[in-house]
Amino acid sequence: MHEYSIISALVDRVEREAHARPGAIVRRLHVRIGELAGVEISLLRTAFETFRERTVCAAAELTIAAVPAVWRCLRCDRELPPGAVLRCCDRPARLAGGDDIFLDRIEMEVPDV
Amino acid sequence: MCEDCGCGDPALVPVDPTGGFAPRPAGEAVGVSTPHLAALDVHEHILAGNNALASHLRAHFVEAGVLAINLMGSPGSGKTAVLERTARLAGDRWRFGAVSGDLATDHDARRLAAAGITAATITTGSGCHLDARLVHDALHDLPWRSFDLFAIENVGNLVCPAIYDLGQAANVVALSVTEGEDKPLKYPVMFRKADLVLLTKIDLLPHLEVDLDAIRDALSRVMPEPRMIAVSARTGEGIAEWLAWLEAQRPEAAGAGASHAHAHGSR
Repeated sequence: MHEYSIISALVDRVEREAHARPGAIVRRLHVRIGELAGVEISLLRTAFETFRERTVCAAAELTIAAVPAVWRCLRCDRELPPGAVLRCCDRPARLAGGDDIFLDRIEMEVPDV
Repeated sequence: MCEDCGCGDPALVPVDPTGGFAPRPAGEAVGVSTPHLAALDVHEHILAGNNALASHLRAHFVEAGVLAINLMGSPGSGKTAVLERTARLAGDRWRFGAVSGDLATDHDARRLAAAGITAATITTGSGCHLDARLVHDALHDLPWRSFDLFAIENVGNLVCPAIYDLGQAANVVALSVTEGEDKPLKYPVMFRKADLVLLTKIDLLPHLEVDLDAIRDALSRVMPEPRMIAVSARTGEGIAEWLAWLEAQRPEAAGAGASHAHAHGSR
């Protein structure tokens, strides 16, 4: 259940931003999770719901963008079909996306000066 | 509904992240305020803190000429047994250190120590993986700079350990012949991260119906550069090839012996 440790790191990161802005209320977090990131999205949501209480994320929604895994040939740029041997043009294919564990954006309500 | 910010109110426009987002100067009057929604683009790896510490460890390992290996695999896949055998065969050539991660007990570290390895335990409690912080803290109790080979025996688990960079030079995944030929297809994240798969317990092959080509085929669908060495910790078969692989991974010893010049960060 490393999803809890990921949420802990996420909340720590958001706290840094929120504490730098007095009175800010975190409303939404946008994260991006790749198919080959090793992160189970439903578990991540559960971990967030459990962990966010009494943190700056208590009132925040979590928006998760799931990114499919894409393997490409470096030479011909062909996208390999799912489950294929990861070689093309006699060379190893490259993962062109789908291992993301990223915080993209924080939305906060901040008091006007 | 505003798709940009999800605020639901077109009057609440996201502000420019640099212009509208500066911290309020200390002591400035707040007065009566109307909250507005601000969007801060971060685009940062959520485990950036772990990854930064892992990079710090990696720099130290390279500078000290230590080959650090992150050894992962299921519980019971034979990680400790391979290290024991490795130490018995290479102990006179290499100074060999290890940390062993388990939820409880120091049994593995005791076994490694009995095989001549300078070993420490990282007890994770309920933690399912090691992270860079745990490895970093364990190093303070080990004469790690003197090691030629430093094995980080991760918690037995084919899922979580794959995600955490520990500063290793290479990831090695132990897969025992009793685990099933399609294991790599079931745990693609772990095997994709592997630089080497050690197929362990091959002394059991006469008693099993295992198709090694099926394992190789499964690996070729999850690892772009599949590399597998079949070993038996019991008979020693394949261990020489494993030692040769390790030898090839050794860092350039150019920086070895240089002083630990920069200040250590906070513990």
